[in-house]
Amino acid sequence: MHFHLTEEQKAIQDAVRGTLADSWPIERIHAFADGDEDFDRASWHALMALGLGGMLAPDSGMGLLDAALVCEVAGEAAAAGPLIGQLLAVAAVVASGKGDAEALASGAQVATLLHGGSDYAPSARAADLFLIVDRAKGVRLVPAADVTIEPVKAADRTRPMSKVSTPDDAGETLFAATDPMTARLADAALVLVAADALGGAQKVTDMSVAYAKEREQFGQPIGRFQALKHQLAHMALAVEPARALVWYAAYAWDAELPDAPRAAAMAKAHLCDTYIQTTRAAVAAHGGIGYTWEYGLNYWFRRAMADRAWLGSPAEHRARAATLAGW
Amino acid sequence: MDLSYGAAAEAFRAEVRAFLSLHWPPPSDTRGAELKAFIRTFRALATGEGYLYRAIPKIYGGSEQPVDVIKAQVIREEFARARAPMEVGGNGMNMTVPTLLEKGTEEQKELFIRKTVEGDYIWGQGYSEPGSGSDLASVRTKGELSADGKKWIINGQKIWTSQGMQSTHMFMLVRTEPDAPKHDGITYLLIDLDQPGVTRRPIRQMTGEEGDHTFCEFFFDNAETPVSWQVGERGQGWTVSRTTLKHERASIGGADGLGKQFAKLVDLAKEVGRIDDPIVRDKLTQIEGSVLSHRYSSYRIFSCAAAGEDPGPVALMMKLLLTEIGHEMALLAQELIGEHGFLEPAGAGGRSNRGPRGPEKWLDQIMGSLGNSIAGGASNIQRNIIGERGLGLPRDLAMSGER
Repeated sequence: MHFHLTEEQKAIQDAVRGTLADSWPIERIHAFADGDEDFDRASWHALMALGLGGMLAPDSGMGLLDAALVCEVAGEAAAAGPLIGQLLAVAAVVASGKGDAEALASGAQVATLLHGGSDYAPSARAADLFLIVDRAKGVRLVPAADVTIEPVKAADRTRPMSKVSTPDDAGETLFAATDPMTARLADAALVLVAADALGGAQKVTDMSVAYAKEREQFGQPIGRFQALKHQLAHMALAVEPARALVWYAAYAWDAELPDAPRAAAMAKAHLCDTYIQTTRAAVAAHGGIGYTWEYGLNYWFRRAMADRAWLGSPAEHRARAATLAGW
Repeated sequence: MDLSYGAAAEAFRAEVRAFLSLHWPPPSDTRGAELKAFIRTFRALATGEGYLYRAIPKIYGGSEQPVDVIKAQVIREEFARARAPMEVGGNGMNMTVPTLLEKGTEEQKELFIRKTVEGDYIWGQGYSEPGSGSDLASVRTKGELSADGKKWIINGQKIWTSQGMQSTHMFMLVRTEPDAPKHDGITYLLIDLDQPGVTRRPIRQMTGEEGDHTFCEFFFDNAETPVSWQVGERGQGWTVSRTTLKHERASIGGADGLGKQFAKLVDLAKEVGRIDDPIVRDKLTQIEGSVLSHRYSSYRIFSCAAAGEDPGPVALMMKLLLTEIGHEMALLAQELIGEHGFLEPAGAGGRSNRGPRGPEKWLDQIMGSLGNSIAGGASNIQRNIIGERGLGLPRDLAMSGER
């Protein structure tokens, strides 16, 4: 049995972590959040230069688990950019044989994800292509020229959204609704959002633990007090075991196990709930400083709200999971 | 990732299966003393094959096998599938045997290990005392040397001893140096419970259960034990008590139990006609998210153990997570059983009193889930452990220097 990360997987995470830490120090996140960009070209190319864009191509030797590990680190860093859409677009383009897989895998072409039934897509103004994944209508790849984009003031400042509309017949159909690949891409998207949520939840837990070790009150580090220690233990208890839920969902997808769709729904629902609960607890654990803009916790809190709403709410996916269980 | 155990393990599985099909179950008319004898013979055979008592040297009745987490798991799975008896359970195997293997004298090993392994000696745990709670090092039960220096004379009280009514022996912590600092004045003793100075009494639990399987309290009034039954140095009992079984500990068995209980909760929702209720479906899947987190984390811990890697803080979290999930399941069960909750389940107040059990049987789980938050390290102690050892937070001032 092998159900833990390999040295290679840990090395990939470390490389991504290093690149994103260079691109997104808190000062840069602040500037980005207050600005009007919805993409950072330099950081995007630094990330893509790691050669990870093609992870979901069937012959890459990697898979959804590896992609999830990268998305986890992006969530941790609160990195901007349509990473999930890009990874899925490569998978869709390679599997369908349509489109320019190489340009997408290298990051030269930027693709964002437009979820079926939704009007919103992240980093839309920077996208060359829109991957529309709709369980009911199939998968399409639409060039930016065929899309109307209306930027909105987004709550999640790290992944600005735009309102997007596309004519029904725009672009090229990669997979029909009945093609198994349509459901697989929709499931993969759920797992990658769950991974983003995992990374974010871990990040705010780590921030809280670090703060509790250094901040002193009544002459001692506040992390010594049992009330706060227990609160932090509960945050960790929500996050750390849930990591394996993401791993399993990704593994089930890679191995095409029968319970892969259900595992994806469960992971998305559970991790997005965990993320919002953990960021709330993190703000409380920090006290006043956590409520300030300058400290930065709010970026992860806002990202938690966006992850929760994106691709369908936890309740929606739990309802699907109940049905998939045959209850 | 790969959840299969590999070809070598599957070949081993076939061997275990062949062994079991030959030697288990007993002929259908085997009962009573005959059944006991059959089980004893079966265990001896299985030990001979290297399936049981793998961590114990052959000279003490074990099979002395190299550590192999995967093999151990295959054995557990196949024995469970055949419903064949595994090792004798209880404190003796979990606590006494590993402690003696690591810290016992040759005489103690010879006297106690084989008898424990064969099920003749049943050990009660003598750590907890009334008033000591989670602060185990505050033991007050006294041990004093007899005038000739050959015996320890024990006076005091122990409590929360599982299987206390059947126990033949106890391993206990007693205070032998009243003036030494808290952790330095404790000695680890083994004692025969069948003597005039020992009185035991069952404790009736909130579930109504009492009798053979529940807790006992013990009173010691000039009870005696030979000095040669002292384990480790005098005053070093605290260190001795920290010895635990390290061998092939990882298992995914606990997660299976939780999964089965969750499946029963889903069945209950169907049984009471609430499975179509969207709120019930949402609550069930919410709980299942945690159940699966627990299950897959047990795979992760198991996989790390098999590879000789440290799984990290997640291993410290499993007990508390289990407790929390049990609590969530209890709350939902309580809602689902509705007015069946007015009824005391058959079987409460003694396991012999079994009858047909309706949805009210969930009261056992509902109350039992509370016991989980106390037994084996209270939940707040678990939170301290996660905070301090898992997250590296500073120790509580009142407890620093003690653990």
